[in-house]
Amino acid sequence: MQETNSGGAAALASYGPLSVSDRLAKKALRNFKERVIELLLLGAACVSVLTTIGIIWVLVSESVNFFGTVSIWSFLTDTMWTPLFAEPRYGILPLLAGTLTTSLVALLVAIPLGTTIAIYLSEFARPTVREIVKPFLELLGGIPTIVYGYFALMVVIPLLQLIMPDLSGFNMLGAGIVMGIAIIPYVSSLAEDAMRAVPMSMREGSYAMGATRLQTAFRVVFPAALSGILSAYILGISRAVGETMIVAVAAGMQPNFTVNPLEPAQTISAYIVQVALGDLPHGSIGYQSIFAAGLSLMLMTLALNLVGHVVRRRFREAY
Amino acid sequence: MKAEDIPLIRKIIRRNKRLELLFAVAGFLALLVGVLTFVALFAQMAVAGWERISPDFFTNFPSRRAGQAGILSAWVGSLLVMLVTAVSAVPLGVAAGIYLEEYAPKNLFTDVIEINVTNLAGVPSIVYGLLALGVFVYTFGFGQSILSAGLTLGLLILPVVIVATRESIRSIPLHIREAAYGLGATRWQVTRDHIVPYSLPGIMTGVIIGMSRAIGETAPIITIGALTFIAFLPESPIGPEFPWLNFEWLKSGFTVMPIQMFNWTSRPEEAFQQNAAAAGFILVLMTLAMNAVSIWIRYHVRKDIKW
Repeated sequence: MQETNSGGAAALASYGPLSVSDRLAKKALRNFKERVIELLLLGAACVSVLTTIGIIWVLVSESVNFFGTVSIWSFLTDTMWTPLFAEPRYGILPLLAGTLTTSLVALLVAIPLGTTIAIYLSEFARPTVREIVKPFLELLGGIPTIVYGYFALMVVIPLLQLIMPDLSGFNMLGAGIVMGIAIIPYVSSLAEDAMRAVPMSMREGSYAMGATRLQTAFRVVFPAALSGILSAYILGISRAVGETMIVAVAAGMQPNFTVNPLEPAQTISAYIVQVALGDLPHGSIGYQSIFAAGLSLMLMTLALNLVGHVVRRRFREAY
Repeated sequence: MKAEDIPLIRKIIRRNKRLELLFAVAGFLALLVGVLTFVALFAQMAVAGWERISPDFFTNFPSRRAGQAGILSAWVGSLLVMLVTAVSAVPLGVAAGIYLEEYAPKNLFTDVIEINVTNLAGVPSIVYGLLALGVFVYTFGFGQSILSAGLTLGLLILPVVIVATRESIRSIPLHIREAAYGLGATRWQVTRDHIVPYSLPGIMTGVIIGMSRAIGETAPIITIGALTFIAFLPESPIGPEFPWLNFEWLKSGFTVMPIQMFNWTSRPEEAFQQNAAAAGFILVLMTLAMNAVSIWIRYHVRKDIKW
């Protein structure tokens, strides 16, 4: 009752129960709360940047200590990797050869099979088949790699030994084949996404010219999706280079300077696992050597990522 | 077209049809390689490990005698590590995804974060192990503990959670936001009351896929120095007095399922290989179950949303 008598204030009060100053105070509080929340969310987004900085800092700082003892030249050119012997030699080449050979075997399996599956699913298979098969491939990609390692050791290598009786119980061929199967899902799923993104009108144009599905797939859809398919391949290579447990279990853990896939060998990542399993004191040269090995691995995958960016830009087709 | 060309054209058509059939068969065979590998892998482990799978296998500690060894410390360890992983990665990943999709201005800094998330997804997992060894184990002094392992896997799956959150948020139509803003809602109110609830199925899918990857990761956990032979359990997370919580378990030594399997796989004796098969079988069942849930969410829960 009193408020109705007090003129302008009553008019304002009728908009809500709060006075003007209260409303302004509430708005300020609300803005402050919004600001705090935005900063918290920004902080969460920055964690990924901090992770990268952390990785670079850890790898570089320990590697600097390592290269204080071992010269970069001998690291890059020595063909012996015997860090745990009485007279240690630190040449990355044997580990590099092992990494590249197993990756190559894996890619010879994953790229043809992955590409064929991708073309089949995107151009040939009926939608129901695709709906069933895609989740199945995802399951294949979700199997822990230690299980793949066990499978390589217990099933694939014995099978290979039936064909090649003098094959040793650990070798890069068996490890590489299984690794290839393990990365098929990454290759096929990305390549299929790229091909499905090619507009229908391009296929229709091709069919209208009398082309078969196969001709359309290889001469129209595949070139149009090339940038996506190439980045699928590069992701596959990157996975193969960094893959650890399959090679740690099945390739033999012996630093062996060879590119013969029938022999046992060790990869960069398998070496890191081997050292971490032992009890190396923090700060010793052996401890530092895994960071130098990790830095080499990181540089390789980084180079692949950069190639991937360039490829995506260079081969991108605009429809 | 001359009449004598017709047989030639027919021949070309026949050849093309043959080629097409050939490729369809090749595609099918390629698929079969994947499917057969999966079946062979699963069947081999089931057959080799079947005898060992019994209640005792779940309640026994690892042992020097293969016949008495079990996976108690391994599955408890996996469970506790996964708990730390989820608690660290889910809030961080979802918050980062929300920031990048709803808040971030278009500038250089945002671009840096985006490129960074993409690149982190391609970093080999063993490098995360080295990061954790240098930062969590030695610099922060967490030691070779459940806390270190959980945080490591949390960082590892962070890109998966961020990407899933962003994709899920991006599929929410703009008019939902416009309606809320039109009623005077603030950005956080729009996010909390609309964006997050509607994108929940997509976020859940990403989280489960990330967790199923984390549960099978071996290399980064070995790198931080997890032991392969653990015959004790960490302290219980539930304490005797108020507030009934005990955080001692975070500092405890541990092993996880993949490491237990790796340990058994690398022993030459037949009996331990049998244990490895049994542990592998259970590990694959665990990841399959998680993957199945994520696929189910994607195919069913998401379909019900009509904008």
